[in-house]
Amino acid sequence: MRRVLVSVMVLLFLAHLALAQELTVAAAADLNYALKELAAQYQKKTGTAVTLSFGSSGNLFSQIQNGAPYDLFFSADEDYPKRLAAAGLVEGGLPRTYAVGHLVLWVRNGVSVGRSHQVVDILLQPSIKRIAIANPQTAPYGRAAMSALEHLGLKDKLASKLVFGENVSQAAQFAQSGNAQAGLIPLSLALAPSMKDAGSYWELPADSYPELRQGVVIISASKHKKAAQAFLDYVTSAEGSAVLRQYGFRVPDGR
Amino acid sequence: MILPALTLTLRLAVVVSALLLVIGLPLAYWLAFSRWRWKFLCEAIVSLPIVLPPTVLGFYVLVAIGPLSPFGRWYQALTGHGLAFTFEGLVVGSVLYSLPFAVQPMAASFAALDRKLLDASALLGASRWRTFWRIVLPLGLPGVLTGIVLSFAHTLGEFGVVLMIGGNIPGATQTVSILIYDQVQALDYVTANRTALLLLSFCFVLLAILYGLRRRSAWGLWDWK
Repeated sequence: MRRVLVSVMVLLFLAHLALAQELTVAAAADLNYALKELAAQYQKKTGTAVTLSFGSSGNLFSQIQNGAPYDLFFSADEDYPKRLAAAGLVEGGLPRTYAVGHLVLWVRNGVSVGRSHQVVDILLQPSIKRIAIANPQTAPYGRAAMSALEHLGLKDKLASKLVFGENVSQAAQFAQSGNAQAGLIPLSLALAPSMKDAGSYWELPADSYPELRQGVVIISASKHKKAAQAFLDYVTSAEGSAVLRQYGFRVPDGR
Repeated sequence: MILPALTLTLRLAVVVSALLLVIGLPLAYWLAFSRWRWKFLCEAIVSLPIVLPPTVLGFYVLVAIGPLSPFGRWYQALTGHGLAFTFEGLVVGSVLYSLPFAVQPMAASFAALDRKLLDASALLGASRWRTFWRIVLPLGLPGVLTGIVLSFAHTLGEFGVVLMIGGNIPGATQTVSILIYDQVQALDYVTANRTALLLLSFCFVLLAILYGLRRRSAWGLWDWK
């Protein structure tokens, strides 16, 4: 019995050591595929394991406010990181902008979109009975979708057709599974392998919603700030930016 | 915001427990009296929702009622709209999710009946149907009531399945549990607290009435375990 106990404790200690090499990252759901790829590449390169938790930015924001043990927070906007900075919960002053996102209209194969390839005309097609967006209360892309609909003069016409995903991933899944005929989702998810072949997408006019500048911050309660900074540098490096571009993000400042 | 969500939740719970009474009674009767050798497989299937996480059920229901499945296409052709993100969709998910909570107490109370009474009823020439209404149901009533109450309460507190197939539409699929989740995520703790407190007091009153009734009339609620 004693030997079992001792070996369990040694194992726990080793596990603890192993965990010390690990980064825990909270990331907006639009980064689901891009950041998984970046984390895998980074682990191959440096040996540092990056554990990713995805959710809506607002959801992650409230978790961090309540002391969730994340090292880094990749938001889908700049507002949530700024609010964390104002509360003194992050390292340094302002968030670093790592990417600019785009909103697209995604329609599943087999749903009639009519002849016109204008976003407004497609959205008004009778074949489109449900339009999935992320919950505007907690997801920046959901807010962008609402302001785009308002800008295009469709807000009242389509209000009864909207269904709300808990975050952009769920909104994309609603559309991908065919339960909603269309979705207003991030370009980064429309370019994901499981979405690419299942439907088509159209970019929304860039002036129809506020620019989706996405900010990242290091959490001040983190015990791995140096490792966090190193991963952040990697994501914003030329190599990291190339992956982000591949998933449709624009990388600011010509990096 | 609270009132539509509350009435919707209550409506869902009423519809689901009524449907489960209709589905549960024959199913429980069959489970209690059948001698089929593979019956245990059906018992296992009925009990699955107790152990399965709601995500498994939500995922399969979403796929099954979506246009990718024959059932989903049939329903769409019949009604002109899909089943996901509608009240009817929530009913389908909740009936599956609460099925064991209705069936198990009913089946247990039927199985515990004295078989001699049933034999006597048959000997006196009563049909099975008549025996069911005159003997089985009255004597098994505590279990039936427990089943209805449990499925009602279970539907009130449902979260995962609704989150996965509901689409969070205020007035149509936004139940109280989803509303509370939304309010917490939006950091609106004051409203979240008000909503949560309302649900908490409602459930407390409901359970208090039940336990009070049980004491008075010795209904034997919960005794099926």
